Amino acid sequence: MGVGINVEHLNAFYGKTQALFDVNIAVAANHATALIGPSGCGKSTFIRCLNRMHETIPEARVEGAVRIGDLGVYNGTSATQLRRRVGMVFQKPNPFPTMSIYDNVAAGLKLNGFRKRKQLDEIVHKSLHSSALWDEVKDHLHKKSGASLSGGQQQRLCIARALAVQPEVLLMDEPCSALDPISTGKIEELIFQLKEQYTIVIVTHNMQQAARVAEFTGFFLLGKMIEFDKTEKIFTNPSDKRTEDYVTGRFG
Amino acid sequence: MSNQALPRPRFNAPEPEHGPSERGSKVAPKVEPRTAPLLQGKVSEIPDAFFAAAMRLCGFAVVALLGLIVYQLVIGSHLSWHAFGWKFFGQSDWNPVEDQYGALPFIYGTIISSILALIIAVPLSLGVAVFITEMCPVTLRGILSFLTELLAAIPSVVYGLWAIFILVPVLRQYVQPFLATTLGWTTLFSGPPYGIGMLAAGVILAIMIIPIISSITREVLTVVPQHQREGVLALGATRWEMIRLGVLRNARAGIVGAIILGLGRALGETMAVTMVIGNRPEIAKSLFAPGYTMASVLANEFTEATGDLYLSALIEIGLALFLVTIVVNALARLMVWSVTRGQPARSLA
Repeated sequence: MGVGINVEHLNAFYGKTQALFDVNIAVAANHATALIGPSGCGKSTFIRCLNRMHETIPEARVEGAVRIGDLGVYNGTSATQLRRRVGMVFQKPNPFPTMSIYDNVAAGLKLNGFRKRKQLDEIVHKSLHSSALWDEVKDHLHKKSGASLSGGQQQRLCIARALAVQPEVLLMDEPCSALDPISTGKIEELIFQLKEQYTIVIVTHNMQQAARVAEFTGFFLLGKMIEFDKTEKIFTNPSDKRTEDYVTGRFG
Repeated sequence: MSNQALPRPRFNAPEPEHGPSERGSKVAPKVEPRTAPLLQGKVSEIPDAFFAAAMRLCGFAVVALLGLIVYQLVIGSHLSWHAFGWKFFGQSDWNPVEDQYGALPFIYGTIISSILALIIAVPLSLGVAVFITEMCPVTLRGILSFLTELLAAIPSVVYGLWAIFILVPVLRQYVQPFLATTLGWTTLFSGPPYGIGMLAAGVILAIMIIPIISSITREVLTVVPQHQREGVLALGATRWEMIRLGVLRNARAGIVGAIILGLGRALGETMAVTMVIGNRPEIAKSLFAPGYTMASVLANEFTEATGDLYLSALIEIGLALFLVTIVVNALARLMVWSVTRGQPARSLA
């Protein structure tokens, strides 16, 4: 089961530049939450603060409090520990090219010292099923490299890789922006299924996509969270003028 | 599980409206009126043709030079090839007085000293490269990689001199007695600790190839895309696991290339090795014993090669050394290229 995310007074910096200003948000468990906004508005930075990927960039730092379920992200939990519970899918599909499809999915478990062959087989099978990739790859799990798949398949492989460790939260940073409409459709369908069991936060540039997959939507502008509400409200009756300007395409 | 159609959006996100007036404060760019093309008139083809011919000549000169070198080496080694044939490479007797020439001790010396150098240099250089690309503070990065590359610029005779006055005494007084007592049973570290010998040659070679291996490895590690590192990190990997899976694994073909390039340098290195290896054409099991390499026998004995056969035998050693280094270098370039140009080379496993 997924868990909720609570963010309070989050500020993020790249060196001296501040990228996020006092963001407060409560993400509901087992729902999909979309983050929209023009390029450079801080949505990716925000999502990367949730699993502490932000701080892997030199000189980047974070202030504020984030709680994921019962886990305090910025007080004492190690980043490694946290990331085992918060999976992430990136903008560009990044399967490991030197590993087979099977090893790609099993990578997260093997990292954690998981070596029981039979259980591994089972989890790989389950994860590939969950990411709707099983039928396409079942005949060459061990023979083909993760990089030999098509872009859409690679992205679903990355989703399977993230699911294999059974995270509670799945972060998706523009997961479809490098994909064609058909692959995008498959991924969206997948998100729709996955949110029954996982809490999903998805960054997207595609407002139709936000409308299709997410119950809640947050609008970011210049590092600030302008509005956060039910998706329907954001798109049909936003309370902030800037949100309305953005969703109607007047700027951005 | 997912044959059901995706639910339609419960409402439509509005289509963007267009038209400059609606776009708020944004001013449409104003394009200046076009004038007549400024660059008219005939262009002469001759300078370009001349330039092309000149460059072609330069290009072919390299190939011709290489061909000429091989030709000369083959012609020069003719006598010795006729006298000994393949036996030349399997015979360990090197006796100019009786005109008996076998290249085995030199081949052995070259290979062993180079392997020794790799054993010492590879872990060190990989460590340096990983530290510089993955862990070192940005401010230190430039300085550190500059210093490593500076090591490559020191002339080899200076390395040799340093080895004679510093390295050899240290080996003789501290390292070799220590190795003899701890690892003497392997018979690799036995016999009198001269200081000068195979071990000293290996160590000095290692120091000389560290800059090459580490700087090429650093380059290869830098081209590993950032998203590979993030992919591993996001799975909950520690820093070491990230480096092992996300970086080293993706760069392994390039790293092997870097190592082979270092090997190429070690095989051909002459001066520093000649100064410390002891120059005795013998195959000894102990690394403390003196040896000889192909490159150093050429440097040492060319001026005193009196007989035709003697000279020819030396040239044949030169030919062998030349071919080995060419092959090794070609192999290395190929591997580095496979990483930096295209996809990382796939594993066969």
